[in-house]
Amino acid sequence: MLRALLVRLGSLSSVLLGVSLITYGFMFLTPGDPAYTILREQRQSPPSESQVASFRAEHGLDDPFLVQYVSWLTDALQGDLGTSYYQSESITSLVLASLPNTLELALAATAVSLVLAVPLGVLSAVHRDTWIDRTSQIAALIGVSMPNFWLGYLLLLVCSLWLGLTPVGGVGTFGHLVLPAITLGSGMAAIVTRIVRTSMLEVIEADYVDTARSKGVRNRLVIYKHALRNALIPVVTIVGLQFGFVINGAVIVEAVFQRPGLGTLLVDAVFARDYPIVQGVVLVTAIAFVVTNQVVDLAYVALDPRVERGERS
Amino acid sequence: MSEQNRLEWRRRLDRWRPEIRTNTTIRLGGGVVGLLAIVALVGPLVSPYEPTTQALESRLQGPTLAHPLGTDALGRDVATRLTYGARVSLALAVVATTIRVAIGTTIGLLAATGGRFIDALLMRLVDVQLAFPGLVLALVIAGVLGPSLRNVVIALSVVGWASYARVVRGSVLAIRDRPFVQSSKLYGTPRRRLVRRHLLPHVASPVLVLATLNLGTVALAAAGLSYLGLGAQPPTAEWGTMIAGGRNYLRSAPWLVTAPGVAIMLTVVGFNLLGDGLRDALDPDHIDDRKRRRT
Repeated sequence: MLRALLVRLGSLSSVLLGVSLITYGFMFLTPGDPAYTILREQRQSPPSESQVASFRAEHGLDDPFLVQYVSWLTDALQGDLGTSYYQSESITSLVLASLPNTLELALAATAVSLVLAVPLGVLSAVHRDTWIDRTSQIAALIGVSMPNFWLGYLLLLVCSLWLGLTPVGGVGTFGHLVLPAITLGSGMAAIVTRIVRTSMLEVIEADYVDTARSKGVRNRLVIYKHALRNALIPVVTIVGLQFGFVINGAVIVEAVFQRPGLGTLLVDAVFARDYPIVQGVVLVTAIAFVVTNQVVDLAYVALDPRVERGERS
Repeated sequence: MSEQNRLEWRRRLDRWRPEIRTNTTIRLGGGVVGLLAIVALVGPLVSPYEPTTQALESRLQGPTLAHPLGTDALGRDVATRLTYGARVSLALAVVATTIRVAIGTTIGLLAATGGRFIDALLMRLVDVQLAFPGLVLALVIAGVLGPSLRNVVIALSVVGWASYARVVRGSVLAIRDRPFVQSSKLYGTPRRRLVRRHLLPHVASPVLVLATLNLGTVALAAAGLSYLGLGAQPPTAEWGTMIAGGRNYLRSAPWLVTAPGVAIMLTVVGFNLLGDGLRDALDPDHIDDRKRRRT
């Protein structure tokens, strides 16, 4: 057990090291000299050589790549993600200020997805190959195929502009959260519905469900007490693994609803070529993504003892 | 391709053909994708309008006979721009997915056949790639390289190859020790020939399924990047850019956002149906199961 944990930790560290190296290396993909490009876009005119030289000196860009990387990584490990090229505020505080809005959106979207997906997936499995099943599968297919920025605008059009039920954009109240959460949650719901359906179909055919039925337990009780509880185990892990989906979606959904958050911070920084912010946000999201996946893996083992015994693949 | 290689591929295609022909989901998905391809090819040829020519006197017109999907803020015909956009979206999805397949398959084959060290190294690389949320990584790469369609293709190609590498490696490892591969090795078949004759045909079906499903994801991501301003630049007719351009007229001209959105959704639905159908049709267990039921 301890050996397995150490192996896992070793592998996790090597992945995180690779992640940090690639994250820091992004800046060097810039065609030409990053300092020149940044200054040219900042001033909308070609900078002089002395301006480029002073920018390079100010931000430590004259050092060899490895020296820059190690210095950045050392600071990052101590919680210091550096300072923006344009704002005096530290990136750590910018990330920490944006994080709550994105987390709020992520949690609300997850709640929306579960509220939609669990009943739909269960109904679909219980009424397999009927019109209910087909309708639910078509809904899931449309949900997974819809561009979230488009859905966002449709919801804005109907709920905000036509009906006046919710604010058009921003943050602060529950009303501000409803449409972004539905926009982001519906895509997730489509994926979770498929998982719930598949998982329920597997469980419904299990012996213990047959046993419960043969003992005369009512069908509804069999479905919700015996089957659903076990069918939800893979769902828990899938919801955890959806973290990447949430972050991807947040980038777009925050732009649609003009919500300040990690996504908005990243997109603005990409356009401004504010690389320290880009590096900081990408590093934080990638680490959160990797750690969540590991936690989900461990949770799966804890929730389903058969995994540890090797009875399930 | 040698005669034996051709025979091996033909044998597999013969095995798949009846499954593909009778699968309703494939027919449905294929129909949608085929229709979109026809629109992309023929639409621009038959449209009386140019996608970028402005006609300010007829700006923001609702759907009429002359403009079935209305006009945009610069008086351009939305239907014409949609057909040009179909070319961009389909071409982009196909090119980026093909590059993903090429990179992923090569890395997967190298990992499975190149010995323990190479395998461990390449699989760590795969883990690192999968550690980034895909769109975030593509967004940053496209942003750093500079907003353009070409850079979106590069970004989306660099981002999505890891799942192919995993699938290919897994499929090869599953057959690596089978007698037909082992005997071929014992006969001294060169590695390249072994890969071409025995390994590639075996990984073809999972890769094909994944690639088809991926075409939709890539089209969706490309539209998202263009919507954010990192892909096609105005005045190019591209669906994501069209939605971004129409957002300021949401109340007065909702068709500017709805029409390209429906087009993106149909494309992704088509590819997803095709991918789902192919997965059912090409899964060996599924084929055997159906044959057993037929006999």
